[in-house]
Amino acid sequence: MAQQQEVKLMKGNEVIAHAAIRFGCDAYFGYPITPQSEVMETLMELKPWETTGMVVLQAESEISSINMVYGAAATGKRVMTSSSSPGISLMAEGISYIAGAELPCLIVNCQRGGPGLGTIQPSQGDYFQACKGGGHGDYHLIVLAPYSVQEMHDFVELGFELAFKYRNPAMILADGAIGQMMEKVVLAPQQSRMSEEEIASRYGSWATYGKPADRARNVVTSLEMQPEMMERNNLRMGAKYRLIEENEVRYEAIGCDDADYVLVAFGSSARICSATVEMARAEGLRVGLLRPITLYPFPMQPIAELAKRVKGFLSVELNAGQMVEDVRLAVNGVAPVAHYGRQGGMIYTPDEVLTALKQKLIKA
Amino acid sequence: MAEVVEIKEENRVYGKSPLITDNVMHYCPGCSHGTVHKLIAEVIDEMGITDRTVGISPVGCAVFAYNYIDIDWIEAAHGRACAVASAVKRLHPAHMVFTYQGDGDLSAIGTAETIHAAARGENIVAIYINNAIYGMTGGQMAPTTLLGMKTATTPYGRDPRLNGYPYKIADMMVHLDGTAYITRQSVHTPANVRKCKRAIRKAFDTAMAGKGFSLVEVVATCNSGWKMSPVAANRWLEENMLPYYPLGDIKCNE
Repeated sequence: MAQQQEVKLMKGNEVIAHAAIRFGCDAYFGYPITPQSEVMETLMELKPWETTGMVVLQAESEISSINMVYGAAATGKRVMTSSSSPGISLMAEGISYIAGAELPCLIVNCQRGGPGLGTIQPSQGDYFQACKGGGHGDYHLIVLAPYSVQEMHDFVELGFELAFKYRNPAMILADGAIGQMMEKVVLAPQQSRMSEEEIASRYGSWATYGKPADRARNVVTSLEMQPEMMERNNLRMGAKYRLIEENEVRYEAIGCDDADYVLVAFGSSARICSATVEMARAEGLRVGLLRPITLYPFPMQPIAELAKRVKGFLSVELNAGQMVEDVRLAVNGVAPVAHYGRQGGMIYTPDEVLTALKQKLIKA
Repeated sequence: MAEVVEIKEENRVYGKSPLITDNVMHYCPGCSHGTVHKLIAEVIDEMGITDRTVGISPVGCAVFAYNYIDIDWIEAAHGRACAVASAVKRLHPAHMVFTYQGDGDLSAIGTAETIHAAARGENIVAIYINNAIYGMTGGQMAPTTLLGMKTATTPYGRDPRLNGYPYKIADMMVHLDGTAYITRQSVHTPANVRKCKRAIRKAFDTAMAGKGFSLVEVVATCNSGWKMSPVAANRWLEENMLPYYPLGDIKCNE
């Protein structure tokens, strides 16, 4: 008989904590910052070290927590951290090292407005940081953009899956709205953590959990002093990113089949834009929504295909215009592309988006 | 003519630790790193814990420690070794987890990570090589550079009005409840090498017994950075470093 579904009403941030435990996460390291502090608070309340054995540790800074993630990930464990924009900036060095050492891990960014200390209100101003680097050197994060509390839950599993598949850090790029809002969520059944034996058999070629007599020592490092070898490492990582771009693009297309105009939006912005689509269609305007679920890899191809037959794209973002650059790259001059955004924690309503669409594209 | 004795297993009194690899060390002749590496390798081997030991190497000359000691290693970002080690130990409580860091790494850029790992009482060991200079980047001022000492960034000597004072992080850490064993050693004479090895063993035993954080500071030479011969560097260490950084156990919780 099928197990009864466990349905709860929860905040997005709380769900991250529950999902981490349920998907067999080995450790969480973090530092408090608004608007995501509920993640660690919930974990501390749930005390998973008494049930699954998961380690939860409050570090002295985000610099420390990401380096704890680095160390734990190096031993083949499923580890994660969460923070919000200024904290992610502090982690940038560590994230670059994790990418450079090709370690899997999950990072949650519950974005707030910037730059600087900015505001604690929701924003999508970290798109560039998440998708275009953030730290130094040539690397990419796998970036997932949840637009519901359910996706906050589901992407913990997906994030770990992709991180381990490609030995690359994955990020859930949420925002203060998704993190703070309460919604119904179907929780996954409890999965067990991976045993030491399983880690040794799966990741024994690279993980540093102590050298047994029957294998050579493992070294986790991003350092390579020989230029020929370092370039080879860079090219290997580049090939991995091409593979990710080929295989892992995820997006949702709503009403795009007959659309004259397409809104491109992710996360909480996509949530608002889905109402805009309904509103526009009630007025007889054929408007669709393309919602990238993976921001890296970005859905270039689907947007390029749509560009051949639509009259324009409006990239709707809670920022000054970041994803719009990728939309333009995908469209490649074939159709008009405009941006509409608000900043500082201000959020547009569905009809504001529709007005912007009319002003920027339909009447133009 | 002296009697020639054939070297056999039964009359052998000294040998290379099986955990020291055959890689050619990149350290300068006279450098203390090689000696400290050897001591760590011997201690791990004697404790029989190779399969559950993880070393964290720093950024600095010892970044390549992983080429010389045949155990699993994680190379940390500059200064972050104690954070990395904390996580490894939390997930592998029965393991021996140690960091190997220089003075710039542990007591300049990594001060917060070091102090907080110690304050939490993480059951790890930090091996802290204090040679009062940045070796790898070419001999710049370290937090431990003595007053008056000439370096690439204090070409007229360290002046407290310009460059601030050196500090003793080991003495500071004594006051943290999470620290169990804090000691300052050197490897500039055979007697000191033997004492240093005992200190490393004690620190490793302390970590394995779950008593808290241990720091083994090794006052070391950097004859290249100091621009001296190895012999002159050893003499300079005794005459200048040791009066400011006196040797011996500073804290020892039983």
